[in-house]
Amino acid sequence: MPNPPGDPTARPDTDGPETGSPDTDGSDTRRPDAGGPDPVALYRTIRLIRRFEERCVALVKAGEIVGGIHPYIGQEAVAAGVCAALRPDDLITSTHRGHGHVLAKGADPDRMTAELMGRTTGLNKGRGGSMHAADVGLGILGANGIVGAGAPIATGAAWAAVRAGADRVAVSFFGDGAVSQGVVLESFNLASLWRLPVLFVCENNGYSSTATVEDMVAGSIPGRAAAFGIPAATVDGMDAEAVFAATRECVERARQGGGPAFLECRTYRFDAHHTWEHRSFVRYRTQEQVEEGRRRDPMDIQGARIAEEDRARVDDEVEAILDAAVRFARDSPKPDPSEALDFLYATGLRPRAGVTTSA
Amino acid sequence: MPKLGYLTALTRALSDELARDPDVCVFGEDIRVGVANVTKGLVQRFGPERIVDTPLSEQAFTSFATGAALSGHRPVIEFQIPSLMFLVFEQIANQAHKFSLMTGGQAKVPVTYLVPGSGSRTGWAGQHSDQPYSLFAHVGLKTVVPSSPADAYGLLVSAIRDDDPVVVLTPAASSMSFQSVNLDELAPLPLGVGHVARSGTDVTVVAVGHFVGQAVEVAEELADEVSVEVFDPRTVYPFDWHGLAESVNRTGRLVVIDDSNRFCGLGAEVVAAAAEEMRLVAPPRRITRPDGAVLPFALELDRAAQPHRDQLVTAIQQVCKENR
Repeated sequence: MPNPPGDPTARPDTDGPETGSPDTDGSDTRRPDAGGPDPVALYRTIRLIRRFEERCVALVKAGEIVGGIHPYIGQEAVAAGVCAALRPDDLITSTHRGHGHVLAKGADPDRMTAELMGRTTGLNKGRGGSMHAADVGLGILGANGIVGAGAPIATGAAWAAVRAGADRVAVSFFGDGAVSQGVVLESFNLASLWRLPVLFVCENNGYSSTATVEDMVAGSIPGRAAAFGIPAATVDGMDAEAVFAATRECVERARQGGGPAFLECRTYRFDAHHTWEHRSFVRYRTQEQVEEGRRRDPMDIQGARIAEEDRARVDDEVEAILDAAVRFARDSPKPDPSEALDFLYATGLRPRAGVTTSA
Repeated sequence: MPKLGYLTALTRALSDELARDPDVCVFGEDIRVGVANVTKGLVQRFGPERIVDTPLSEQAFTSFATGAALSGHRPVIEFQIPSLMFLVFEQIANQAHKFSLMTGGQAKVPVTYLVPGSGSRTGWAGQHSDQPYSLFAHVGLKTVVPSSPADAYGLLVSAIRDDDPVVVLTPAASSMSFQSVNLDELAPLPLGVGHVARSGTDVTVVAVGHFVGQAVEVAEELADEVSVEVFDPRTVYPFDWHGLAESVNRTGRLVVIDDSNRFCGLGAEVVAAAAEEMRLVAPPRRITRPDGAVLPFALELDRAAQPHRDQLVTAIQQVCKENR
């Protein structure tokens, strides 16, 4: 495993005053020039995502979030570690299981919750929902409903960064299922050929929906990137600091013109592929397997690295943030049905309605 | 007046926009050499950073352009074969087209997808002869099919400048056409606005792409027996319903000649809209490819599956005989 986290005792004291939750500027987690990650800030991001997701699952059960979600629970260290190594002007593309990435990159939990609940105050004004949450101003080019679809988009955004003479990077998150998508492999080729500043982050959570990696992936996951000449490594995706360290190395190289990189983050999906599993009888892993997979919890791993009182304080702060977010979403207006076709075209073009106007 | 070739008009539009706007760039296969005769010379003038030859990875470079567009570029992608549009339907219809709505207006994706030589190219058989404009219209992509060199120039320029993704399908059958034009008068043409290519009073013929010229010829041939108006929508989607209604409400009769497959094709939509909303005094007619057509290779079979001007003559005569 490359880039083991440094000696915690050698880490500079970063337990200073919190500069804000990740929903504001997240500056406490984005200090690529500092000696290492802020362990409290990393814990805070993990905790925020964990509790956000648990609340969302409850809101799905209560019918307040329609359509369900793909819970990110168990994988939080990947989003937290990667995004802590990014700058605000860096870009990400996310996945159907994207809440963690969107929050870790700095999206406002209020507006994220409102989006999932279909309110006009949502990140996407209620037009995207769970699978399309985006905040373009924060460099979040969107969660995406098609597996692997973000890889070429991030690669093109990285090309644009080079063209602009900027040293920003693009990160494409995807799961283990995406490594069997042709468009992802094509993107590896483009990124390597043109030495683009893009980091491909594969979250190997063990399952593409219900199928295991062993049953679906020939060869190795990092081997696919390596075949295109992309430096590829596997990292402990349950350890946010390990993810951070590996990401920072890749990102710094990319900023200096060193081209793309690939990280396989080994993690585990604690909850369902999608919340419909909570009501269906899909069985593809045993209770024992789930318990084994959950044995290492990224929240506990990072939580054990910080002082008890910090952990308690962060936990309280996160609950307050999420209480406020749910309240904000519930109090926000639902969209007017007459606006169903708003934003269909960037130019404001209005298409015909579904019935004839003279009917 | 100088003669402007159809493909030269496309080159001129690309060149003018590349010169005017540094955010414009071109992606595609063999475009530096200019195999499709549209991008020849661009790399010498604008450099390899803006005229980018891609590997044969249509799906990746189509969404790659989306990523570049989300970062402020205005990419044009050239596709050598119309059927490649099926391969990249996900990237166009399901990604680029949906970003504006799905993000609640945060994102725009100004990419132009240019297929010079769409439709049948004699002898190119099943997988090189599609004319997929109805497919893109169905999912809501802005889609233009220019019928003349001047239109090709004006519509491609507007497509590149538009803030939404636009599909530009230029008919293979038009590729060798020429037009006498004053080059100084070439100008952008607005998307979504059709025009009357020939005025008439008895029947409206809606023709798309290379059929516009053929319809005008047919109209001249039939001038002694019937007064034919030819309406060229220029943009397949959004369709200029106002312009069409103005014509059909005057003539009361409608024929559509459309290089789509019949089922759910543009012709079906035009006829349905006219039946619902316009004044028709006789049942309308449409001339199309057959339902679900796959163009066969042999010349006789290929021709049999394509709309033909003789069918247009018959349809016009039939529609003008009939009354409701």
